[in-house]
Amino acid sequence: MEMFDDPARWLPFTFAALMGVSILVYVVLDGFDLGVGVLFPFATDDEKDTMVASIGPFWDANETWLVLAIGLLLVAFPTAHGEILTALYLPVAIMLIGLILRGVAFEFRVKAPTPHKASWNAAFLVGSLMTSLSQGFMLGKYIMGLESTLGTWAFAMITAVFLTVAYSFIGACWLILKTEGALQAKAVQWARGGIFGLALGLGAVSLATPLVSARIFDKWFAWPEMLWLAPLPILSALTVLLLWRSLSGLPNPQDKGARTPFLYSIVLFVLAFGGLAYSFYPYVVPEKITIYEAASAPESLMIILVGAVVVIPMIGGYTALAYTVFKGKAAELRYD
Amino acid sequence: MDTLMLSRIQFGANISFHILFPTITIALGWVLLFFKLRFNATGDGKWMEAYQFWVKVFALSFAMGVVSGITMSFQFGTNWPGFMEAVGNIAGPLLAYEIMTAFFLEAVFLGIMLFGFSRVPGWLHTLSTFLVAFGTSMSAFWIIVLNSWMHTPQGYEMIDGVAHATSWFEIIFNPSMPYRFIHMMLASGLTVAFLVAGLSAFRWLLGDRSGGVQATLKTGVYLGALLIPVQIFMGDLHGLNTLEYQPQKVAAMEGNWDTQSNVPLLLFAIPDEEARENRMEIGIPNGASLILKHKADGVVPGLNDFVTEDGEVLHPPVAPVFWSFRIMVGTGFAMLLLSWFAAFKMMRKGRGPAALPRVALFAMVPMAFSGWVATLAGWYTTEIGRQPWLVQGVLTTEQAVADVPAPFVGITLAAYLSIYVLLLGAYIAVLFYLARKGVSGDVPRPRTPLSGQAVASNVPAE
Ligand code: HDD
Ligand code: HEM
Ligand code: HEM
Repeated sequence: MEMFDDPARWLPFTFAALMGVSILVYVVLDGFDLGVGVLFPFATDDEKDTMVASIGPFWDANETWLVLAIGLLLVAFPTAHGEILTALYLPVAIMLIGLILRGVAFEFRVKAPTPHKASWNAAFLVGSLMTSLSQGFMLGKYIMGLESTLGTWAFAMITAVFLTVAYSFIGACWLILKTEGALQAKAVQWARGGIFGLALGLGAVSLATPLVSARIFDKWFAWPEMLWLAPLPILSALTVLLLWRSLSGLPNPQDKGARTPFLYSIVLFVLAFGGLAYSFYPYVVPEKITIYEAASAPESLMIILVGAVVVIPMIGGYTALAYTVFKGKAAELRYD
Repeated sequence: MDTLMLSRIQFGANISFHILFPTITIALGWVLLFFKLRFNATGDGKWMEAYQFWVKVFALSFAMGVVSGITMSFQFGTNWPGFMEAVGNIAGPLLAYEIMTAFFLEAVFLGIMLFGFSRVPGWLHTLSTFLVAFGTSMSAFWIIVLNSWMHTPQGYEMIDGVAHATSWFEIIFNPSMPYRFIHMMLASGLTVAFLVAGLSAFRWLLGDRSGGVQATLKTGVYLGALLIPVQIFMGDLHGLNTLEYQPQKVAAMEGNWDTQSNVPLLLFAIPDEEARENRMEIGIPNGASLILKHKADGVVPGLNDFVTEDGEVLHPPVAPVFWSFRIMVGTGFAMLLLSWFAAFKMMRKGRGPAALPRVALFAMVPMAFSGWVATLAGWYTTEIGRQPWLVQGVLTTEQAVADVPAPFVGITLAAYLSIYVLLLGAYIAVLFYLARKGVSGDVPRPRTPLSGQAVASNVPAE
């Protein structure tokens, strides 16, 4: 392919792909632990401890994917980075404050004097909610081309709610996998409730995106692209059905199929993300700046790529190690 | 206030809050590794006790460092888009390497280090502790490289107002990097030394005589006593390096208006930028000339050299640089005095902490946070001393600021500040709470009799 002859073309593409992968990994991984936070009000105090224990060893590394994603945007597409983040100034600030509250609550809730625990639990919930809602809001604004009108605002409010539902759904699926007994039974109920919101949200975003942008409309509803894009919505619908089926068999005494909902929900996230990525390519700021216009100098991208090729497999390796060390049902978190 | 001023305050507030916790985690990681290795070698329970107490402080500080660090990485885009647009080709790869080589390493192995003690073999736990400590130091390295490059840029060329790298070697090993990196690592070591000594002294004063407290009190005092002379020596070298590359900053640090010989070392003065002179000077004759040029009649650059013909001021604001420098150096000498006195007492009597007079113990408690004071003062000297430049000679702070409405910046600033005040209060309160709880023995250890006061403060374990 001629694209690979010219570093000024394949480097930005590679970096856009890397960034996409980090965002996707972030949304799945921090998605489930944010979701666990959003589900806090429905759990008893003991259950809250188990819920936190199920994500305790992972949340920090999960958030690092956000740092990587934003870092890649910053380093590979500096002009777009400025444009996007200044346009999203307030929601970004809300998200950051949410992440702060949540991140410190992990530690404070067990280290502060016992009477304060309830307040830190509340901080954990509020932080998780602020983060999920503002991320959903930013997604909506981004889909709407970062325009600020009443309509885009309303749309962004809707995506805010849907993304939060999606996170709590994958959070519930994670809990089905990591817990047992009464909490697991509850988590199955939460997941069953969440699946409708999830399907609705997917539908709404899929419909709205081509409607607001003629360019995206043309990308999807042209022949023959339609043919090989058709599997995307069909597979998504199928996955939702499979999810529903796998949930109806749970919980069961042998704990059979406890992983299935979580795996299916990852598939669903991947499909949804794939659709969005297809819609926006080659733009990094929708309808304004393409990845090729925004990219840093090739020599700078090259030096990062060299590091990335060496380091990212290592990151994968030790992440796998951590998930192996802490596999199985969540146990009480202890330092000894 | 305008967007520029508010953005500067916001960035300053965020990074000041952030640096408080990395300074602790960078060195505390190594101290924990030390405790763990001592335990592996001796099997003495007191080292495990020390480890288990301080690993909690580490976990808490780490969480604070992570969440405030995430804020930092967004601030580039939200407040200073011009920074990445102009020097993104240099700053980008450095930040990317920090994320790839350091952040993931720390974050993943932290889980194993904190919660994996009974799940993984001993060697893997020790290795995880090492990797976390190594990771925090790596991240300090990369971010300091970037920051040093902003002070002493080289290895780049400007094409259409955008910096392009010409030599990564020159960029990474820029002239101020070695000084700044070593000075910062030592600052971190000192911060932890005094924090460990201070909290252990607090427990000692509450009547805790356990092996763990003895071990950490000694570790803190000796570590402090060892590092502080090195730090003062490094600080001097750092100043000479700055004199070469940023003379206007040194002029502000010394409060010296005219380029001249026999410049005194000012201990006190009120720099007045309107009148361009100092009021109420108290100084040591020839002091500054001696320190900076190593001879009494050495010529020291003055601030008036950095005002253009038509009156444009190209030097930093004088009073903040002048005073923060004095606070740092003053704290450094207070550290020297206290740690040497305590170390001397402990060594001479050979009785360990029991030889410490009560006043030394009482002095250590507030000094627990002296590292924070000196570190912040040091950063203010460095960063305010670079103004009006963001990247020395390349980009001014004003050029980099975002086009965001001032009220947005103001509102978010107020929100950040209130959260920071709250969290800082909670953090310090929890440190002392953990220390008090430690006294009542929440970790298994050979019991030593506790004083009545300590038993009274018994609190149920988690
Ligand atoms: C001298 C040390 C130092 C300095 C000057 C800075 N940092 Fe920092 N940072 C660290 C030393 C550190 C650390 C020790 O590596 C931390 C603290 C706790 C931790 O997780 O790592 C960290 C955490 C940390 C994190 C969270 C990483 C994670 O998820 O694990 C981010 C995103 C940043 N920092 C970003 C920044 C930015 C953008 C800075 C400058 C503008 C900055 N830091 C200054
Ligand atoms: C961690 C320790 C640091 C502290 C405490 C610190 C503190 C400060 C302070 C107080 C200012 C405000 C100066 C003024 O406006 O008068 C400032 C400016 C600045 N510093 Fe640092 N700094 C630190 C490290 C860094 C690092 C590592 C970087 C870059 C990677 C950096 C980038 C900047 C930028 C972009 C500004 C300009 C914005 C401004 O003027 O407020 N700083 N810093
Ligand atoms: C007592 C003797 C000391 C001297 C002579 C000294 C000297 C200096 C100088 C000249 C700078 C400014 C560098 C620049 O121009 O950019 C600086 C910065 C700094 N100092 Fe010190 N220092 C001393 C003690 C300390 C202590 C005790 C600490 C902390 C525990 C500390 C922490 C820092 C930090 C964090 C910075 C900013 C980062 C850097 O530029 O390295 N210093 N110091």
